Amino acid sequence: MAHELVVVDYHKGNLLSVARSLSAVGAEVAVSDDPRTIAEARGIVLPGVGSFEDAMSHMRSSGQADAVVGSVRRGTPFLGICLGLQLLFGRGSECTTKAWGNGWVPGLGLLPGSVTRLESSRLKVPHVGWNQLHLTAVGRRCPLLVDVSEGSNVYFTHSYALADDVGDPTVATRTHYTRTFGSTVWQDNVFGVQFHPEKSSATGLRILGNFVRYVRG
Amino acid sequence: MLTKRVIPCLDVKDGRVVKGVNFVDLVDAGDPVELASVYDREGADEIVFLDITATSDDRSTTIELASHAAAELRIPYTVGGGFRDLGGMARMVAAGADKVSVNSAAIADPELISTAAAALGSQAVICAIDAKRVGTGDAWEVYVAGGRTATGIDVVTWAQEAARRGAGEILLTSMDRDGTKEGFDLALTRAVARAVPIPVIASGGVGSLEHFAEGVIEGEADAVLAASVFHFGTYSIRQVKEYMASQGISVRLDF
Repeated sequence: MAHELVVVDYHKGNLLSVARSLSAVGAEVAVSDDPRTIAEARGIVLPGVGSFEDAMSHMRSSGQADAVVGSVRRGTPFLGICLGLQLLFGRGSECTTKAWGNGWVPGLGLLPGSVTRLESSRLKVPHVGWNQLHLTAVGRRCPLLVDVSEGSNVYFTHSYALADDVGDPTVATRTHYTRTFGSTVWQDNVFGVQFHPEKSSATGLRILGNFVRYVRG
Repeated sequence: MLTKRVIPCLDVKDGRVVKGVNFVDLVDAGDPVELASVYDREGADEIVFLDITATSDDRSTTIELASHAAAELRIPYTVGGGFRDLGGMARMVAAGADKVSVNSAAIADPELISTAAAALGSQAVICAIDAKRVGTGDAWEVYVAGGRTATGIDVVTWAQEAARRGAGEILLTSMDRDGTKEGFDLALTRAVARAVPIPVIASGGVGSLEHFAEGVIEGEADAVLAASVFHFGTYSIRQVKEYMASQGISVRLDF
């Protein structure tokens, strides 16, 4: 039987908090690494831990990448969290080997744009802690952000973020740190958040609840 | 703007909170997750559970704690204390801990920080440092084994190595100030915060609201950690944050 939500397990970290928080807002959730289970889900959540390169390489070799891309193209609601947001895009610069030549690792390519490292001589990297969401015009009508106020604090922990080449129509919230980056993205059935809603207290639960409502239509 | 974090720390022994806790509204003041949940609701930005179980051979109660906390808490939490190798750290993360902090084992084998950062991600690896002032100048030595053993290693040098090896944060405790309520060792905190490109959590010595603000303003810490002032109800998390905000510090108050 198809699950309401499947949390994609690409064997890189603990998915318990994400799955538990989705259950807490009333979803029927399964954690799975099986491309078929992922493809059948009514909604897909791709959490994020580890490196862009590792995650992409596992998702490609396991068939998860094809399953996710196929589902998203068929219109299945999708939520990427942290690295899971970054993987949606064209390419990431988080790469330790030279396997990809020019240093860019191809992502799932569902949205156009790049992911690059936060750089600063003044501010600490990684960007760890609670920072604010600034809603764009797109964000004010984004179904994921219903009842999320301008300036709400959410929990971040990351060293890479969306680059400036991510188009304005996609960016629903921005957050200011070493540079201003897209912290929520939305296009059709695809949502992504750079922060961790499962670790963002009441605001985070509201966002996850909004996603579950969106999945239910 | 990135806010400064306020972090309550719970000392846990054999799965129970030690050091007195006098909250009247708790069913069981010894249950670490119940206490942490109260702090979560009161606006704590993170929680640190410090496992001070004397024998670290059997971590099953701590693993249980990590998994129970993952079910109940909606903010990040760290488990520290007693890790010997990557396996133990990885098991704690698999049980649900967002971060693990390593102290003595990293001094014994600094490579542990590198391998843990590669396996778990830098965001999950905190290097905890117990520091004690050497003489009267601004120099501090790293202590291990719960503060019992001097290492001869300079704190700033070690913090820099930990950062270089991939630690995501430094949890810096002043042994001179811990338990005194005289305030953080601000010179120590500032020396480390300026020396490393990663966040520094100040710990040890908080007794007043002013101390929290000083840790950030003068100590240049990214986060402030305290135990007894919260457990004994001297201050609520909101009181601390409102005071910090009144001193111009950016804190999360929308909870």
